[in-house]
Amino acid sequence: MKKVEAIIRDEKLSAAKEALKTLGVAGMTVTEVKGHGTQKGITEVYRGRQYAVDLLPKIKIEVVVDDKDVKKVTNAICEVSRTGSIGDGKIFVSNVEDIIRIRTGETGAKAI
Amino acid sequence: MRKFSYIFILMFILMIFSSQMAWADEATLDTGNNAWILTASALVLLMTPGLAFFYGGMSSVKNINNMIMMVFMCMAIISVQWVFWGYSFSFAEGSWMMGGFSTVGLHGITPDSLSGTISQYTFVAFQATFAIITVGLILGAVEGRMKFGACALFIPLWATAVYDPVCHWVWGGGWLQNIGVLDFAGGTVVHINSGAAALALVLLLGKRKSANVRPPANVPMIALGAGLLWFGWFGFNAGSELAADGRAAFAWVITNSAAATAACTWVVCEWIHRGKPTLLGLASGAVAGLVAITPASGFVGPLGAIQIGIMAGVGCYFACVKMKAALGYDDALDVVGVHGIGGTIGAFATGLYCTKMVMGPDGVDGLFIGWGGEGAAQLGLQCIGFLASWAYSFAATIIVGLVVKATVGLRTTAEEENRGLDITQHGEAAYHLELEAVSTLRQ
Repeated sequence: MKKVEAIIRDEKLSAAKEALKTLGVAGMTVTEVKGHGTQKGITEVYRGRQYAVDLLPKIKIEVVVDDKDVKKVTNAICEVSRTGSIGDGKIFVSNVEDIIRIRTGETGAKAI
Repeated sequence: MRKFSYIFILMFILMIFSSQMAWADEATLDTGNNAWILTASALVLLMTPGLAFFYGGMSSVKNINNMIMMVFMCMAIISVQWVFWGYSFSFAEGSWMMGGFSTVGLHGITPDSLSGTISQYTFVAFQATFAIITVGLILGAVEGRMKFGACALFIPLWATAVYDPVCHWVWGGGWLQNIGVLDFAGGTVVHINSGAAALALVLLLGKRKSANVRPPANVPMIALGAGLLWFGWFGFNAGSELAADGRAAFAWVITNSAAATAACTWVVCEWIHRGKPTLLGLASGAVAGLVAITPASGFVGPLGAIQIGIMAGVGCYFACVKMKAALGYDDALDVVGVHGIGGTIGAFATGLYCTKMVMGPDGVDGLFIGWGGEGAAQLGLQCIGFLASWAYSFAATIIVGLVVKATVGLRTTAEEENRGLDITQHGEAAYHLELEAVSTLRQ
């Protein structure tokens, strides 16, 4: 089992959500996050005074999937989230040791 | 002979009758005028909460409540000060410098007392709202670093030592009124007065730490505040006619024209200068136009008003964006740039564009209207007016500020500024967005 953490542009959330639903991904966790990568933030000007906004709002989607589905999921997220400009985000994939469904106590792949 | 005596008696009766008529004209209450000025007083009072939102939205997210409360406190404190001695020091019979003590506690003013054709209480109410907002205007400059206790002491002291005398100079029979300085609704009394005081106060307070200079917390709230200010300003300017007549309607249109022109001008300036038009710029431009037209609103024609609007839009934009940075004072929300400079532009331009068309035959044609010595002389008087207000307000505010500093202290600690004044001064935050962070304590 793998956890796919995708940091994407906030306006891409609905497209990514739809794509994951189409793939049959059972559940997801979405968080509003702030951060920066290569983009390094933007500058806002109020009455001539410049403010560097270096942590930009992004969306983090976390899904846990079977090893065989990882490629499908990451490809789908990349496809819908890519604009080609700086600031499109990143995807991190990591191992998940175990899953427990709280309601039933089921563990492992059955609990995905 | 008898015929002549009949005519003589008839004329005599008519004379008595007409003189009684004339006397009656002067000394009865005009219900229309009274109703309008009472309404205008409420409009101007609403400007103070409007100003609180205008400033609150521009504050750092950790100082919003503090900013709004400082401005609201003016409504609470000055309303009381006005009854005790503020009105008397401004408008009672006194010297060239200051009103007297005869109406302290509103002594001797009854529901039957008149001020022109309106109730004297209507006049007391109308003028109270001007005193309130003038003190409130100053406080935008001190965002994020003034002790609340210092603010609560500064408000009544400043109103007494600075607002009341300058108000008396211009409207209460003091020296600027006597030499003929024109100020229809308060360019010198309200705007230059507060702008100069703001400059003095920020020089005493010192700068904010750069990490505490934050972008505006809530731009929509600024727009709301600017809308309320624009709305209330009709009471401010059209109400200053103190009658529900044609000149009041004229002042209404003049005010709106200047505000709208300055709003457009500010947006165009920043669009060209910075590449993007901003909502903050639109709101700031409207307020700058309203400020600049205030002294001129009952004296200039519509095209004069539009030219004043353009001057205010350009002048205040560059005062906020360039002058402040060049001179290096930390006027947080641009009280000097908008009210000090806008008020000065308005006071000066009144001498350029005032016209007998509006003022009547006793009025003056300004320099750009009559191109004569009369206009030049008026322009000179206008300069005396704004220079005197700048100088007195600046100097007297330094003294008031030093008194506050010596007693309760002016500035918060660095630690308090980093945490924000909402929590450190008031123990209440503007927003609790994370519900989990709050749990209810048992009593």
